[in-house]
Parts: sequence; C-alpha cells; structure tokens
Amino acid sequence: MNFLLKRMKKIEPLFEKGGRLEKLRSVYDGFATFLFVPDKVTTKGSHIRDYMDMKRTMTVVILALMPALLFGAYNIGLQHTRAFGIIDWTLMQMFWFGFLKILPLIIVSYVVGLGIEFIAAQIRGHEINEGYLVTGMLIPLIMPVDVPLWMVALSVAFAVIIGKEIFGGTGMNILNPALTARAFLFFSYPGWMTGDKVWIEGLTKGGGLDGFSGATPLALAKLDGFAQMPSPMEMFIGTIPGSVGETSVVAILIGALVLLVTGVGSWRIMLSMTLGGLGMGLLLNLTGGNEYTQIPAYYHLIMGGFAFGTVFMATDPVSAAQTSTGKYIYGALAGIMVVIIRVFNPAYPEGTMLAILLMNVFAPLIDHYVVQANIRRRLKRVQTA
Amino acid sequence: MSKLIRLRKGLNIRLAGAAEKILLPEVAVTRFGVRFADFPGLVARLEVQEGSSVRAGSVLFHDKAFPEIKFVSPVSGVVKEIVRGEKRLLTEVVIDQAGSDRIDFGAADPLRLTREEVRTKLLSSGLWPVIRQRPYHIVARPDAVPRAIFISAFDTAPLAPDLDFVMANTHGNHLQTGINALSRLTDGKIHISREAGAVRVPEFDNLKNVEFHSFQGSHPAGNVGVQIHHIAPVVKGEVVWTIDLQDVVALGRLFATGFHDRERIIVLAGTGVLHPKYHRIRTGATVSGILGANMRDGSLRVISGNALTGRRITPEGSLGFYDNMVTVLPEGDYSEFFGWATPGLMKFSYWRTFVSKMLPRKEYDLDTNIHGGHRAFVVTGHYENVLPMDIYPVHLLKAIMAGDVELMENLGIYEVAEEDFALCEYIDPSKTEIQEIIRSGINLMIKEMN
Repeated sequence: MNFLLKRMKKIEPLFEKGGRLEKLRSVYDGFATFLFVPDKVTTKGSHIRDYMDMKRTMTVVILALMPALLFGAYNIGLQHTRAFGIIDWTLMQMFWFGFLKILPLIIVSYVVGLGIEFIAAQIRGHEINEGYLVTGMLIPLIMPVDVPLWMVALSVAFAVIIGKEIFGGTGMNILNPALTARAFLFFSYPGWMTGDKVWIEGLTKGGGLDGFSGATPLALAKLDGFAQMPSPMEMFIGTIPGSVGETSVVAILIGALVLLVTGVGSWRIMLSMTLGGLGMGLLLNLTGGNEYTQIPAYYHLIMGGFAFGTVFMATDPVSAAQTSTGKYIYGALAGIMVVIIRVFNPAYPEGTMLAILLMNVFAPLIDHYVVQANIRRRLKRVQTA
Repeated sequence: MSKLIRLRKGLNIRLAGAAEKILLPEVAVTRFGVRFADFPGLVARLEVQEGSSVRAGSVLFHDKAFPEIKFVSPVSGVVKEIVRGEKRLLTEVVIDQAGSDRIDFGAADPLRLTREEVRTKLLSSGLWPVIRQRPYHIVARPDAVPRAIFISAFDTAPLAPDLDFVMANTHGNHLQTGINALSRLTDGKIHISREAGAVRVPEFDNLKNVEFHSFQGSHPAGNVGVQIHHIAPVVKGEVVWTIDLQDVVALGRLFATGFHDRERIIVLAGTGVLHPKYHRIRTGATVSGILGANMRDGSLRVISGNALTGRRITPEGSLGFYDNMVTVLPEGDYSEFFGWATPGLMKFSYWRTFVSKMLPRKEYDLDTNIHGGHRAFVVTGHYENVLPMDIYPVHLLKAIMAGDVELMENLGIYEVAEEDFALCEYIDPSKTEIQEIIRSGINLMIKEMN
C-alpha cells in the first residue's frame, strides 16, 4: 500500500490552494481519506482520540441496511414471478432479477447525491460529509421498484439541496433527507408512488395475470378491509408488495440488531416508537369505529414502512430529538402518528413517512422543552442549596 | 467515611504504560520555567528582565487585573530568557538555577492568623495561584470569600498517579497545616473526595477541619469539578475554590517553614517511556532530567499533564504549574490503509463498533493520530455517557458557539472546566475541539461579567 500512498502524496499539491486542480480538492480529499485514514495528529485539546470517525459510523448503518437490501432484491424477483405467473425461477434467478432492478436506482442515487455533496464541500471548503453514503442507500430502499430513474435523480437533488445543503449540510438539516426525497415524489408524482402497479416490476408497462393485484397490504386494508390482507407471517417475512427494502421485518430486525449492538442507532427511539404504534393500535381496537380500527394492533408494526421507518428513519440522529428524554417522546409520538394517519386519513394508506417527517419538525421543540426542564431543575438548586 | 456517591457515567481509557509504584529520588536540574499558558485569562505584567537575578520566591510577574496575584521563581538563579511566541505574546520565563538563596516569608501557625494575614502571606509568597476558582477554573480572585473549598484526593485520568502512594511518600507532614490555612479563608467547609474503597491512609485518618466524601466511578470521577457538582453544585453568583492535594501540602510547608517550596511527586508514564515510575521533582523543573535516556526511539510526544488535558512540551520543557504527571506517547503521524474499516482488535474505543470492546484485554497502545476528519455534530446521546453531570453537553457547546451568554449560564457554564469535557472530545466521531470551545465560552463569560 506504500506505493499507493506515495503516489497520492505526490499528486496532493495539485489539489491544494493554488494548485492546478484546486477545484477538485474536495474530490481528492474524499477519495484520499477513504483509502487512508490521514496522518494528521492532534494539535490542541486531548492528545489521544478515539478510532471512531464518521466514516465508520456511516459504514455501520450501511451494513445494517444490507439484509433489507438483499431481501428486497429477492422479493422483487418473487413478486414479479407471482404477477406474471412464472413458476420455474430459482431463488438465485429471482434475486438476480431483482438485484439488476435495484442497481440502477442505487447508482443514480449515489451519483447524483454524491455529485452535489462534492460540489457543496468544495464551495464550503469542508471535507466531504459521509452522511450521504447512508442517505444514498436509504433512498432506493424506500422507492417502488418501477419508479423512473429520472424521478429518483430529481428527488435526490431536491432532498440534498433543499432538504440538507441550504440548512448548512450534514448535521444541520431539520428533515430526514431520504424521507424528503420520498415525500417530494409522493406529492409531485403520486401516480408513481401509490396504487397497485408500481410495487411490482413490469406491472406499470402492462401485462401481468388477469385479476392480479399488486397492492400493498395497507392499500388492501384500506379498500377491502383486512380480510383481504396477506397473513401476518407473510408480512413479517416480507414476501409482499411494497417499497424495495421495507417489506421484510425479519431483515430489518437484523439491521436493528446491528445498530443496537454497536450503539449507533438509538434504542430509545426504536423502543418508544414501537410502543407508541402498538399502544395506539390497541387503543383503537378497544374504541372501535370503522373496520380499519379493528385490525389487530400488532399488524401495524409489520405492515408497510413502520419497521423500516422505526429502525432506519426515525433514528437518524440529526433530524431526531437529541436529548434522551426527548427521544422517548419523539419516538412515541411518531409511532402514534403513524397509526392515526393510517387509520383516519382517507387519502393516504401509509402514514410512516409523514409521521416521521412531522416529528422531525417537532423534534427541536421537544428538545427545547426538555432542555428548559433541565434549566429549571438547575435553577431550583439555588433555593435549596 | 461519608455517603458513597456512585457515578455511572464516564470512561476509563485503558492506556498502556502505567507506572510502577517505585519512587525515584530527585534529579538535580538547573533549568526551570514558568509558562503563561498555564494560567488562562491571565494578562501578565513582567517584573524581571533577561539577566535579572532572582531568589526562590522572587516575583517574576503579576496579574494585570489583580496585581496582588504574584507569580514567583521556584528557584534562585538568573532569568535566562523571556520567551515570546507569535505576536510577541509571552510564553515562558526561563530561569537558570544558581545557588540556593530563598526568601523567608516567615513561619506561622495559620490558626493564630486572621483571614487577612493568611491571604497576604499566600499572595506575597506566590503560592496564591495554586488556588483556583469555579466558576471559570482560573486562579482564584483574592477579593472573594469562597462558599467552600474542594480537594480531590484521587486522580482518574489515564495513567494518573496514585495519590495515596504520593501522600505516603511526601516529605514532612504538612497536610493538616495546609488545611488549617485554607480553613481561615472560607466560612464554609473544606471537602476532600476520596475514591470508594481506598485503603486507610494515616495522612487522612486524623485530618481535622475537613469533610470527607467517597466517590465510585470511572474517569472523570476524580475531577474536582464533577465532585463539586455532586456534593454542592456551583450556582450563579457563588464562588468555590479548588486546590490540588499536593499543593495543600505546599501551603502547609509555607506556614511551617516560611519558604515557597513546591516539591512534589509526579508520575512519568506512557508507552513512550522505557521505565515508567514515580519521580520527586519541583514544579517548573525541566523534564529532561527525568526523561534522560528513558525515552523510546521514534517519533514521540512529551506532554506535561495527562493524555487528555495536558500540554505538549519539548523534552527540555518544564513541568506545568498544576501538573502531577508527564506522559510520553508515540506520535500518530502515519496514514492507515482503510483504517476506518478495520475490525479493530487492537484499537481501544468507547464505541462498540470495534471488536476490542468484546475482548478482555487490559491495556492498549494509543497514539496522537486524530483518526478521522472534522465534521459537524451528528451522533447524539453519547457525549452524555462520559459526562457525569446534569448538563447537556452538546447544547452547552452550541450555546457557546452561538455566543448566547444567557443560555450558557443556564446550561451550566459556571460549573464546568475544559477538563470535564475532555472525554467528550476523546470519543467524538466528529473530531470537534471541544475543550477549546469550552475555554472560549468561559473566556466570553469572564468578559461579559466584568
């Protein structure tokens, strides 16, 4: 590796201030620090620093997403065979079929998003933020498989520029960028984000078996009552139509385990959001009202994007509440909101995306009150001391 | 002993290179230095020039705002050099030792002196600056009477000396005299915090005029600021004082003998040292005497103080005014291929993303590499885990960065010192210079409050 290091050190001056390739500094920097943790030593403050850095933090999240991605690829193939009545595909064929469908989504997401990140880093004179490595993986996983690539590119650009960079970049954004991208498409091109065709590769182009419905369980529940829904086991394993990475609760739970064991994801948010959703579901079971309120409460946890949102979206540390107490409140409210939107909103079958975005907006307010409570507690000591 | 205070937050960095409990005699050293950077907020007015003859106890410079706060020479000799840095900023007064002439400030029993007399003696002898105050963690202002005085009797920083061992080997029994002197300066209590389960040490057993506290927990449980927070927190408008245990002995020595003598026992530790041991040394002495041929080969960093909060010095540099150890660590000036992606068998970390977290290994070799690049704050909920105070660290830091004085006040700026946030800085994956931010916040408060 010494050879590589020497070569890189040799071309480094080209990218420094005054160098010929100064305009590509952020690009050089991004690749150089990706290959080698730099030889920079501490100059002030603590002389020793932890080995943990942002690259490692983000890598952990990407690793945690892998089970959902791999299952998603298989499920695309599986759903395709069901919709078109194909009976002789092997598991590997299904996986490979799905993988080739996902790959362009991932490539478009990374190329567009990282391109903007490189430019933003160059303008600001910062190093490249690794945050987009996660966002760029999340976006394909929460899209319907048949979404046109130009729409993905557009939504990524919107999310990164409007959702993140104008607030100051990674760490400063209010909304979760990946959900911002999805929300953008959801409201701009609703025909491509809902319905009973987009979730299954090929259906939008016509064809498919007669009478086959590619609707998600949530849409089925909304339209025909939950008698039409797949079995809980199917929803838990994930062999149902839905966004690429959201269907398999099993795969998502493996990812959750990775996040929790490493301490990178917040257990407080995951726990409180699950309890919030479950609690609201139980409450509706008790009160009754319409048919939808009678869906067993635990269905809410395994349907739609609840699991994926809880594990990977709501826990985004930048857009979530930042105080420990705040995280419980934020998570619980997000869980409650998901179920409320699902059950009571006639227009949207799914509520996870909107619930989390809504709570993103309220997170600073929640934190504000938690911090104010801390301030009051601290002031109180004056009188008692 | 009093009620046990258990701290669940914190982190002991398992740094290799701990010292054996062997005390080496004082090495003759002829060069001494007093560094200005040891006294944040100080605006110094020199009273000597290069070539001036000084005695042990002669004034070198004083504080501009409080001219009665004097900083004196630790030895007799000649001012060799007044070192200036960038913008001709004073950095250090260097003294070459010659002779053993020292100023006699007069022995006295502090219990028979008035508060004013004790104060005057400490100020004129140049021992006053060993007392520091909270808020701000700066040299105590002489015009205030502290609500209480706090002393930490254990140090939890990486490789820090065992203060029980230090006390057992300290010359003369001046601790009680020092405590007596301090007791004249406050109407409140003098609190000494010891580590839970520490052995009985005769020096402490018969100590009077003090209240003992017992702490259990990882670093920074030994930080006096953390102890104050749990014993009786500093609130707005109050002042408390802190003083190092060995400096209480120095105060006692002043009253018992009449001389300014800050002989102390320090530890020389770290993986850059061949034989880490305890040393008897005087504050301000160049560390070249104890380093000698005791350093390993390679690129090394010498630190006066501990690895988290100490100050970088040259191998000929002097022991800092408040320091009780010298740490020598390998420099981390190397590039690591895909370093961020390795499993991390040999990498000590706070984070459970490293395999080392699951290994029972006791000691790790750490260097001065930053291990990453600067980023905005992203992760949450972890800084709190290494700060055992009811304070929201990131919110306080952001208040400082925004210059919001009222919010800083509300979020606890009066209680903290940069050393209390050193672990937040250590674990930070965004590599923020947190200690520097805290100090800049404190400086802003000092400016705003005057």
